[in-house]
Amino acid sequence: MDLSVRLPGLNLKNPVIPASGCAGYGRELAELYDLSLLGGIAIKSATPKERFGNPVPRIAETPMGMLNAIGLQNHGVDYIIENELPFLAQFDTEVIANVAGASEEDYIEVIQKMNSSDVVKAYELNISCPNVKHGGIGLGTSPELAANITRMAKAASAKPVYVKLTPNVTNIVEIAKAVEAAGADGLVLINTLLGMRIDLKTGKPLLANTTGGLSGPAIKPVAVRMVYQCAKAVNIPIIGVGGICSAEDVLEFLYAGASAVEVGAANFVDPLICPKIIDHLGNVLEKYGNASVAEATGRSLK
Amino acid sequence: MRIEDAVVIENSRIASDTFRMVLKTGIADEAECGQFVQVQVPGYYLRRPISICMADQGTLTLVYKTVGDGTAAMSRMKAGETVNLFGPLGTGFPVEDRDVLLIGGGVGTPPLLFTAKKYLEKGHQVTAVLGYNDRASVMLEEEFRNLGCEVYTATMDGSYGTKGTVMNAIEENGIKEQFVLSCGPLPMLKAVSAAYTEGCVSLESRMACGMGACMGCVVRDQEGESMRVCKDGPVFPIGKAVL
Repeated sequence: MDLSVRLPGLNLKNPVIPASGCAGYGRELAELYDLSLLGGIAIKSATPKERFGNPVPRIAETPMGMLNAIGLQNHGVDYIIENELPFLAQFDTEVIANVAGASEEDYIEVIQKMNSSDVVKAYELNISCPNVKHGGIGLGTSPELAANITRMAKAASAKPVYVKLTPNVTNIVEIAKAVEAAGADGLVLINTLLGMRIDLKTGKPLLANTTGGLSGPAIKPVAVRMVYQCAKAVNIPIIGVGGICSAEDVLEFLYAGASAVEVGAANFVDPLICPKIIDHLGNVLEKYGNASVAEATGRSLK
Repeated sequence: MRIEDAVVIENSRIASDTFRMVLKTGIADEAECGQFVQVQVPGYYLRRPISICMADQGTLTLVYKTVGDGTAAMSRMKAGETVNLFGPLGTGFPVEDRDVLLIGGGVGTPPLLFTAKKYLEKGHQVTAVLGYNDRASVMLEEEFRNLGCEVYTATMDGSYGTKGTVMNAIEENGIKEQFVLSCGPLPMLKAVSAAYTEGCVSLESRMACGMGACMGCVVRDQEGESMRVCKDGPVFPIGKAVL
């Protein structure tokens, strides 16, 4: 079955994309399989300057998931353009650059620098990271601020702009609509849910950052619900993300209104998960009576 | 590096809260000393990074401590069951052409056994100094001895061997070898790093991916640059990582 999906800036051969922060810049997964199998790859967040991120421990396991508080560690946009993008250029897959920062100006700086790269096909504005003190989630929890950064990014960008939203809000639909009105080309739903674990032996938080972002199958129903609610309210495409670990999970997101999906924490459990999902997706689509990915998208909304 | 189901041949308690799992897997044939595998314990989300204690012709031995629910569940697995492994992973101990002093503490001693074998196979002298909390925690002493190592043991409570730390045992026995490979708890690695300049230490960390992608397990080097324990390590030259 033809699994291809066309979205603004993205000519995906299939709808499966490793999520930002879960595949680095592809080097590690490329030791295990050909990245050209992937529909696309969302690379780890780029900020204007190098960031070390948060102290360790940055990882804690949870029932059916995990908490992370990496803190946007990256070498900075110049390093990424010089050293990481050329590596990705050898693969026939669509590269989505996740853009982050501590202020609106940071986002614009990253976008302006990456505009000249042929490797990057679209941007994903990360206004939803729960693990940084400035920027990140702060811009994503108010419709006005989210719309403002979207407008600024669109004005600066030479490529389509997708906005990755946080689930840690009272009304995600309101923010989705504000971002759409501000000119976003698409939405990525959802980033992690803010969570916490405490070590019973020490009485202290397990993460050095105290709180972290919850991901994995534990958050999938929340993500499906938010994709569904937003798909009803907006007309721009949605990339669904949150706890996907099988082709059946992908179909659930497509039915809820997603046009493509990102796979996050599941890469840590099984590094081959993306090719496996791609392998099974055709059969699963067919099993439930869908002739294509596009036909499955939004089926639950009809 | 591969991902495969391995068959459990043996899984038994060898010391206080410490178990040995022997597995049939092709990963054994790729493994280098000081590397680790990511173990998928049924019922738990993330894999457990466990160091390789020995690898020999399709047989992989892991020695692990039950520190939480996941490793406790792992300890209840029976011979004949399968467990999914990802590995071998990480940068292991260098195998150089010289004699070596191995310094291990607690559940940090297992990867040194495989390392000892590599040095002995090259015809070098291997001295192993092993430290444990108490007599009930002492393990692998016979295995090191049977390979051909000169073995010294210390226990913190003095119930077996030298009373005190591995550093006390080194002093008490007048061990002069200056090339050191070490794995164990952080205070021990700090003491080793203060006393020696030549050799390597192996670090422990909470991990997610285990292959260098997620940045969950970083340490800083002396210049402040980040290094991934899972990929750039777990073995680092003495003094390179900020402990």
